[in-house]
Amino acid sequence: MFAFTDEQLQLRESIRRFLTDHATTSRTRELMDDQEGFDRQTYKRLFDELGIGGIHVPEEYGGAGLSYVELCIAVEEMGHALYPSPYLSSNVLAVNALLFAGTSEQKAELLPAITSGDKIVTVALYEESNRSNIEDVTQRVIDNSLTGVKTTVTDGNIADQFVVVANDGSKESNSPCFWLTRANDPSITQSATTAIDTTRRIATVSFENVKVERLGDRESDDDEFERFMSFAVVALANEMVGGAQRLLDSSVDYANTRVQFGRPISSMQAIKHKCADLLLEIELAKSAAYLAAQAIATNDPAVPAYASVAKAAANDAYMRAANDAIQIHGGIGFTWDNDTHLWFKRAKSSQVWLGTSETHRERLLDQIELLETD
Amino acid sequence: MEMNEAQVRNELRSFLESNWDPNADLLAWRNKLIDAGWGMPSWPDRWYGRNMPQHLQSVVAEEFARIGAVSVARTGIRLLAAETLLAHGNDAQRERYLRKILTGEETWCQLFSEPGSGSDLAGSTTKAELVDDEWIINGQKVWTTSAHHADFGLLLARHDWDIPKHQGLSYFILNFRQKGVDVHPLRQMNGHASFNQVFFNDAKVPRSDQIGANGDGWQIAMTTLMHERRNAGNIFVEARRRDDFQGSIYEQEAEENKILLEPYTWYPQRAGRVDLVLPRARATGAISDPVARQEIAKLLIMSRCAEWTALRARAAQQQGQPQGPEGSLGKLAGSNIARQASKVHTLMTGVDAMTSGDDSPEAGVIAEILLSVPAISIAGGTDEIQRNIISERVLGMQKEPRSDTGPFKDVRKN
Repeated sequence: MFAFTDEQLQLRESIRRFLTDHATTSRTRELMDDQEGFDRQTYKRLFDELGIGGIHVPEEYGGAGLSYVELCIAVEEMGHALYPSPYLSSNVLAVNALLFAGTSEQKAELLPAITSGDKIVTVALYEESNRSNIEDVTQRVIDNSLTGVKTTVTDGNIADQFVVVANDGSKESNSPCFWLTRANDPSITQSATTAIDTTRRIATVSFENVKVERLGDRESDDDEFERFMSFAVVALANEMVGGAQRLLDSSVDYANTRVQFGRPISSMQAIKHKCADLLLEIELAKSAAYLAAQAIATNDPAVPAYASVAKAAANDAYMRAANDAIQIHGGIGFTWDNDTHLWFKRAKSSQVWLGTSETHRERLLDQIELLETD
Repeated sequence: MEMNEAQVRNELRSFLESNWDPNADLLAWRNKLIDAGWGMPSWPDRWYGRNMPQHLQSVVAEEFARIGAVSVARTGIRLLAAETLLAHGNDAQRERYLRKILTGEETWCQLFSEPGSGSDLAGSTTKAELVDDEWIINGQKVWTTSAHHADFGLLLARHDWDIPKHQGLSYFILNFRQKGVDVHPLRQMNGHASFNQVFFNDAKVPRSDQIGANGDGWQIAMTTLMHERRNAGNIFVEARRRDDFQGSIYEQEAEENKILLEPYTWYPQRAGRVDLVLPRARATGAISDPVARQEIAKLLIMSRCAEWTALRARAAQQQGQPQGPEGSLGKLAGSNIARQASKVHTLMTGVDAMTSGDDSPEAGVIAEILLSVPAISIAGGTDEIQRNIISERVLGMQKEPRSDTGPFKDVRKN
C-alpha cells in the first residue's frame, strides 16, 4: 500500500525528463523577469505530450481519470524542478473546488478548458480577516454579488476566472463556500503583488459588485471547505518534498566537488552529518506526503489529520533543507547567481501558505483520534 | 521443490496436531521440533531447517501462535551466534553448538566492544596468541549483555599487530566455564546492570573453536552485526503473552524468559515510551496547554512518519524495487523520537520529574524514561556513526582521511 506502482514510477520518470529539458533554471530565471511569469507554450505542451493537465479529473471532463497519488507525483516533480506555472492554482486547487462543489454543467464548462491549459482559474482564499486562521472568512456574497479584496492570490495576476471563497450572505452564520466569477470580468481588478518567490506569482484581487454564481446547486455542507483545504495542503506538501530533495541533491553535489583544507568538504563530518540529518527529515516528510495522497485516493476518513502531518513535516523539512543548502554552499550560496536561493524562496513562501507548522500541529492534535484508531 | 503457502500450513498443522502437548517437557519438545525442521525452517535442511524462503516464515509463526505452541529458543544473542556459525563455522562446530542453542540448554553472548574500541570496533586490543594447539586470550571486553549467565561468547580478538588493524583480527568461540574468565556487572546511570565487563587472564580457546582463518575476524563480525541489526526488533519475540493457554511447558518457558529477558526490561523506556504520551497528556491536562501541544505534535509527527517510512521501505522491497534511502534511517529516527519524547515527558511531568521510584509518576516509569533515553543514541552504533554510514553509503559522500591504515602496532590508541 505504501509503494508506488511501476506505472506511477514511469509517470514520475517521464515528467522528470520533460521538466529537465524544458524547465531549466536558466529558463526559470528568464521567466522570473517576465510579465506573466510562466511560459504558456511549455505549459500546454506538458499537457499535450504527457496528459497531466487533469490527472485526477474524470475522463468525461477531459481528464486522465487517475487518482490523487498520480497528481501528487506530478506536483512533486514540479516542486523538484521549481517549474514556474499556475499548475497548482489552476489544475489542482481550482479543479478540486469544481470537483467537490461544481454542478455537472459547471464542471463540463470549465474542467476541459482547465485540463487543456486553455483557461487558467485560481482560488481566491485569503483576505484581511483569515490570514492566521484560514476558516475566518468574513466576506459575504449578497444577491450573487461580491465586494471585497482578496490578497496573496496565487497566479491571481494571470487568472482568467476565479473561484472565490466567501460566505453565503443569505445565511446568518459564516460558513465559507465557493463562488465562481465570470470569465475575464472587467470589474475585477488584478494587481500583481511583489513576491519573494517570483516563480510563483501572487496578486491582490479586488471585487467591486462583481457578479458571481454559487459553485454547486445544493446547500453547502460544512465539510466542503475543510475537505478542499486538506486536499490543497496535501498537494502543496508533495510539491515541497520535491523541492527539499532537490536542495539536498545540490548540496551533496557541491560538497563532493568543493575543496577546502586540501580535501572535499563532503569528507568533513560537520558537512556530511548535516546532509544525513537532512535526508532523514526529508524521507520522513515524504512518507507523510505520500501517505496523505494515498489516503485521499482511498477516501480515508483520517485525511485531515494526515494532511496536517504532511504539511507540518514538509514545512520543517523544506526550510531546513533551504537553510542548510545555503550553509553548505557557503558564501556562493548567498549570491544571486547561485540557484539555491530560488528554492529557498519557494520554501519560505510555501512554509506560510496554507498553514504554518504551528497551525498544523494544533490542527493535528484537534483531530488526533483519527490517527489513534488506525 | 519449493512448497507453497497452503502446503506449508497443512504439513505444519498436521505435525503440530500429532506432536504438540502443552504439558510436555520443554527440552524434549524442542528436540522434536529441531529434528522435524520446524524450529528454524529457514535454515538449511542439513542443519535442522527446511530451506524455507523468508516469505513463508509468517505462515509458520501464525500456526504456532494459533495453538500457542512454544518454539525453539530464539531470545537474546543466541541466534546471532547460530547465524554466524551457519555462515562461517565448520561442520564440527555446527554439530557441536547449533542444537543446544535451539534447545536453550546453552546461552551465548557477544564479546566485541572494548573500553578502548567503541565506535572503532576494529581497534580491538584483546590479544589472541597461539601457543601449541591453544589460543591464549588476554584483555577486556565491555557492554556484554548476559555474560553473567552465558556458556559461550563470540569473541573478536587480535592475533597480529604488525599488519593493518582490520586484517589482524580473528574470531573465536570462548567457553565461559573456565579459570581466566572474570565477569563483573556494569552498573548504568539508570540503576540497572544489564551489561558486564569481561576480563581475560590467559583464558584458553582450543584451536578447533576458531571460526574461519586468521584474519577473517572482521568479516565474520560484520555477519554477526548484520544479523544483530536485522533482529533488533526480535529479541523480545518470544516474550509474548501466553495468557490464553495453559500447560506446564509455559512455566518452563517463563522461567527461561525471566532470566534471558531481564536485561531488556528498560529498553522500551530507552525508546521514549511514545505510547504513554497522549494518555498522560490527557491525565495531566497538558493536552490543553498550547506549548505542550506543539511539542506533543512534533513528537507524534516524527514517530508516525518514522513508522510510515519503515512501512514504505518494506513495501518497496516486497515489490522488488531497489532499496531506497528510507531503509537505513530507522535508527537515527529512533534517537530523535526518544529525545523528543523525553522532552515531552519532562514538560508534562513538571517538577515531579525530580522524583523517581514507586511513588513517582507512572510508578517510576517516567523517571526511568528520562534516565534511559541517553543510551539509545549510543547503543548498537552511535548516531554519529549512523550519520557517517548514511552520508557515505546512501548519499555517496566521501570518507574522512584516515590515520590508522598502517601496521596496528603504530596506530595511536587510548
